[in-house]
Amino acid sequence: MALDFAKGITEFRWHGRGGQGVITSNQMLGKAALAEGNYIQAFPEFGPERTGAPVRAFLRISKTPIQVYAQVYKPDVVVCIDPTLLDVVNPTEGLKEDGILVLNTDKSPEEMRKKFNFKGGKVVTVNASTIAMDIMGRPFYNMPTMAAAVMATGTVKVETVINEVLERYPGKVGQLNKAAMERAIEEAQIG
Amino acid sequence: MTAVKRVPKDQITIEGLTGDAAIAHALKQCDLDVLAAYPITPQTIIVEDYQKFAANGEVHCRVIPVESEHSAMSACIGASAVGARVATASASAGLALMWEILYCAASMRMPIVFAVANRALSAPINIHNDWSDSYGARDSGFIQIYTQSCQEAYDTTIMAFKIAEDHKVLLPIMVCIDGFILSHNVERVEMLPTEAVENFLGVREPFIKLDPDNPITMGPLALTDYYFEFKEQQDKAMDAVPDVFAQVEAEFEKMTGRKYGMFEEYKTDDAEIIIFTHSTPGGTAKATVDVLREKGEKVGVLRLRMFRPFPTKEITEAVKNAKAVIVFEKCRSFGAPSNPLALELRTALYDLEKRPMVVDFVIGLGGRDCPPTTIVEGYEKTKEYLKKGRAPLYETLGVRK
Repeated sequence: MALDFAKGITEFRWHGRGGQGVITSNQMLGKAALAEGNYIQAFPEFGPERTGAPVRAFLRISKTPIQVYAQVYKPDVVVCIDPTLLDVVNPTEGLKEDGILVLNTDKSPEEMRKKFNFKGGKVVTVNASTIAMDIMGRPFYNMPTMAAAVMATGTVKVETVINEVLERYPGKVGQLNKAAMERAIEEAQIG
Repeated sequence: MTAVKRVPKDQITIEGLTGDAAIAHALKQCDLDVLAAYPITPQTIIVEDYQKFAANGEVHCRVIPVESEHSAMSACIGASAVGARVATASASAGLALMWEILYCAASMRMPIVFAVANRALSAPINIHNDWSDSYGARDSGFIQIYTQSCQEAYDTTIMAFKIAEDHKVLLPIMVCIDGFILSHNVERVEMLPTEAVENFLGVREPFIKLDPDNPITMGPLALTDYYFEFKEQQDKAMDAVPDVFAQVEAEFEKMTGRKYGMFEEYKTDDAEIIIFTHSTPGGTAKATVDVLREKGEKVGVLRLRMFRPFPTKEITEAVKNAKAVIVFEKCRSFGAPSNPLALELRTALYDLEKRPMVVDFVIGLGGRDCPPTTIVEGYEKTKEYLKKGRAPLYETLGVRK
């Protein structure tokens, strides 16, 4: 029987590699949702994080307390921050038909739809790697990818997330991340 | 200590904290004198965060970075014996290495608060959650409370000191969270102002203490003459826990509006089948029951919090009218007819003339995920067993066979 155990909960799944900031961006989006008065759960796929290995993280956001404690199997949103993973994992696995797929890639949403045979929902692509290198000079592409996800889902306000980032990284690092996030929002393609 | 008052909303801090961080923050506010611990995953953040507070001068506590867990619990006993308020944290192999000293802490009546991030035991090495570590210590004489959420972990840690230090109790207490599933999960936590926590707890008043000016010996030797009497007293202390626990919770509720009980009853009033579990599976079971109820199933959850002392009478009363009780537990007691949680329940129900059927599922060993579908599978199996009129003593669920 198909039962919905996540009624009223928006569920995210993140893909990335150890060291790229999957856990951090997941927690930061969670804390932004919390700042807007939501209940949250933000947790990694439990394991020792190994630099470079594929890692996943999960986020639940709800207006009411969340009771379920398990991994997310049918996400509303999937975010993949590492373009090299797109040939390794299938980010659409379990994604709801009307779900949102957010990918860091230089390809278009149409190309990604074809690649993963994903017909429903929304596909959002953003070249976060280039944005990160242009603005920060280093491959910190988790924040720009997250910005595209925030923009596309509307679960949390962009300003709230940027405030969280500035709070966590005060000074220049925060400002650079903010600039990268803003550019990602401008350049993200939805298709 | 002045009378406990409701803390106004504007004095409450809301933060996103992992289970470990929530416990660390609670410890920060409990005015500890000594914390002695040795790092082990997944409780590491508790001690890491607390060390940061100590390094920043935010707490006035002696942190003793010992060379092993055996030493950690030994140092806790020494500090507690001179009258200090003491805490430690560990998991899995670390808890196992404390084994010998756990019994000393309880027998010497040291009110030590011990945060446990439940983790499987080796081999093979596994850092993930199950309950084999603290279930193994169930006869050590520690009070054991298992919590579901980061908020509950924070609240319970604070209450733990007041329960343990009460002169009717004077026993060490474990506050358990599920490793990774809660220890590394960021949730919304409402934190009290430190002043309110300090007022609630007061300063520990030792019943008796080591004092160079007035020397005594603690826990030396008692053979056939008096050992048994010590055990008799220890047993009585355990019996005193539920009353003290209720008083402490009532005061805590006055301050926060929150209370949890020795166990939580969820939609059990008219339930024909009751799910009996604790920690995070207790939450998942409630979410599952919500969905099953929509389909017309008469099912509820009894989420246990206090495993030691086991609330035998109260639980018997709560489940006696059900047709079946389904136990979900994350431990296999090898060679035993069933497993720790089900064994307690079956003992509690034995004297009833008409007993609910008890079905025991071992789940989630070594962190195997326990989604709602696992709960549904156990529920469907139980309905079959009810039809047949008999069930196996236990079975494993969610494993390749």
